[in-house]
Amino acid sequence: MIKFPIIRVITKLLIPYILLFAFYVQFHGDYGPGGGFQAGVIFASALILYGLVFGLDAIKRVAPPIVIEKLMAIGVLVYAGTGFATMMLGGNFLDYDVLEHSFNHKYLPGGQHLGIFLVEVGVGITVTSVMTMIFYAFASRSRFV
Amino acid sequence: MTEHLPILLIVLPLVAAPLCVILHQRTAAYTLALLVSWITFGISIALVAQVNQTGVIRYNLGGWAPPYGIEYLVDSLSSFVMMFVSGIGAIVLVYAPKSVDDEIARSKHYLFYATYLLCLTGLMGMCVTGDLFNVFVFLEISSLSSYALISLGQTRRAPLAAFQYLIIGSIGATFILIGIGLLYQMTGTLNMADIAARVPQENGPRTVLVAFSFLVIGLCVKMAVFPLHTWLPNAYTYAPSVVTCFIAATATKVSVYAFIRVIFGIITPGFAFDYLPLDTELTILALVGIFVASTAAIYQANVKRLLAYSSVAQIGYMILGISMSTPGGLTAGIVHMFNHALIKGGLFMIVGCFALRLGSVKLDDWKGAGKTMPWTSLGWAIGGLALIGVPVTAGFISKWLLLTAAMEKGMWPVAVLMLLSSLLAVVYVWRVVETLYFSEPTAKVLKAKEAPLGMLIPTYVVLAGTFVFGVWTTYSADLAAAAAAGLLGATP
Repeated sequence: MIKFPIIRVITKLLIPYILLFAFYVQFHGDYGPGGGFQAGVIFASALILYGLVFGLDAIKRVAPPIVIEKLMAIGVLVYAGTGFATMMLGGNFLDYDVLEHSFNHKYLPGGQHLGIFLVEVGVGITVTSVMTMIFYAFASRSRFV
Repeated sequence: MTEHLPILLIVLPLVAAPLCVILHQRTAAYTLALLVSWITFGISIALVAQVNQTGVIRYNLGGWAPPYGIEYLVDSLSSFVMMFVSGIGAIVLVYAPKSVDDEIARSKHYLFYATYLLCLTGLMGMCVTGDLFNVFVFLEISSLSSYALISLGQTRRAPLAAFQYLIIGSIGATFILIGIGLLYQMTGTLNMADIAARVPQENGPRTVLVAFSFLVIGLCVKMAVFPLHTWLPNAYTYAPSVVTCFIAATATKVSVYAFIRVIFGIITPGFAFDYLPLDTELTILALVGIFVASTAAIYQANVKRLLAYSSVAQIGYMILGISMSTPGGLTAGIVHMFNHALIKGGLFMIVGCFALRLGSVKLDDWKGAGKTMPWTSLGWAIGGLALIGVPVTAGFISKWLLLTAAMEKGMWPVAVLMLLSSLLAVVYVWRVVETLYFSEPTAKVLKAKEAPLGMLIPTYVVLAGTFVFGVWTTYSADLAAAAAAGLLGATP
């Protein structure tokens, strides 16, 4: 029953590296080219590749549409939540400078670095889930089938 | 916390929208949306008061000083526009639940409220930002969410209408973006005040000319100025009633606001109206638009489409006022944004009531509904009077101001044509009144009940507003006059 064994094997080999590269682009976006949007698209492309090769049912077991829908919202909330956090700490909206000495410096970066990082995580989550959702919308006959 | 009000205005609906998606439950999503929209309305009223007392409010996003960072700027014009946009947004949500139950699939309700809040975010953002590129971003947020809202309509033509709007709207947005890009190339900055200070206007360098043309045409598409209005009738007709109420009352007005900002805040009126003949062009387009659209409205069999064409005509009045570029004309244009939002919002709410009870917005299906739905029918008559511009209604105030401004400028033909065009409004309003009161009711109409109070009360609040602001103009015409004076006097 297994068709196209080469495509299936290559896909399974490639997907971990695509995901890893997505994370690289996400986390290295602070220092070099990259960031949440690009990382999100790369991450979603791994999911979509999986869906194209192994079918819609398989991808929906990995990334259930209902979870993806929630993630779309959570990403935006992470972004806006960062803004609210800076406001609570006494700065303007998204003023990352106030994050400088607020958190454990041993493990977390501070200030602009932490702010950009959090915002980009939010962007990454939303872009990944929106791209996947667009794929579902095109691939499914009706919503969430 | 008060210094954060300008950003809370944008961020609260922006955060509430994803929360609606997470809640996933229609009542909870509705309650949240209602709460947030009223808080937004409250904030914008507070901002109007604050601007009146202390003058312009500035807020630097992320603590970055302009022109490097994004600056939010609340002055008399933007606070005025935000006040009525959020007010309409809040009151339409009070009116919404019954109509939404009837017209939108239950599984999509939470998404509807999320999208509604996003649309509100975009519209408010366009008003509050002082950064030209930010205007484009918020314009896209509001436009994309309104495409989605329109496509929720019941008939299969709704997605098509939304798609048509998507194509034309995207072309408009692209034009705006090209204009912004060229201005950025000339000045190296995106902050509006900074662009205004740096853009070279002597003899009109070609890049500035091209940038300005792109901006004007793109915004004309978004404002639905004749002859670029073709997306509007279909979009308004096939959208769900609640969506039409909200978008018809707010979306085009906010684009008019952006247009005013571009002409009076970035490019000076001297460049647009004296060096370039934009005032003559706009006057002609506005007048032709008023007559063509009003005439088209007379021949419509669908009441929503009738009102949609009437909206195109009313945009003409706003453009007419702006193109005069005198304090009087500008005041009339700005106050008509406010008055028309009330009037057209109220009329579309009436149409929603009829759609709920009669299941149709075709004029033929409304025959004799004055007998079974007296309050709703009376509401149409009241809103219609305001639309025509009968004294003691808000419509009269804006037409009167426009008329006096035209006479001050010695534009007698324009004044005469304006009065004539009001007669066309009488015809299309009367057609509906006649059908409601002087036709034999059909069997279906005889069985219809009066619209529920939950919908009638917000509708009547809006309609009462047209009378209140037809007599008491402290918070409409006076604010608009202050805004116009600010634009003309303190042009950066």
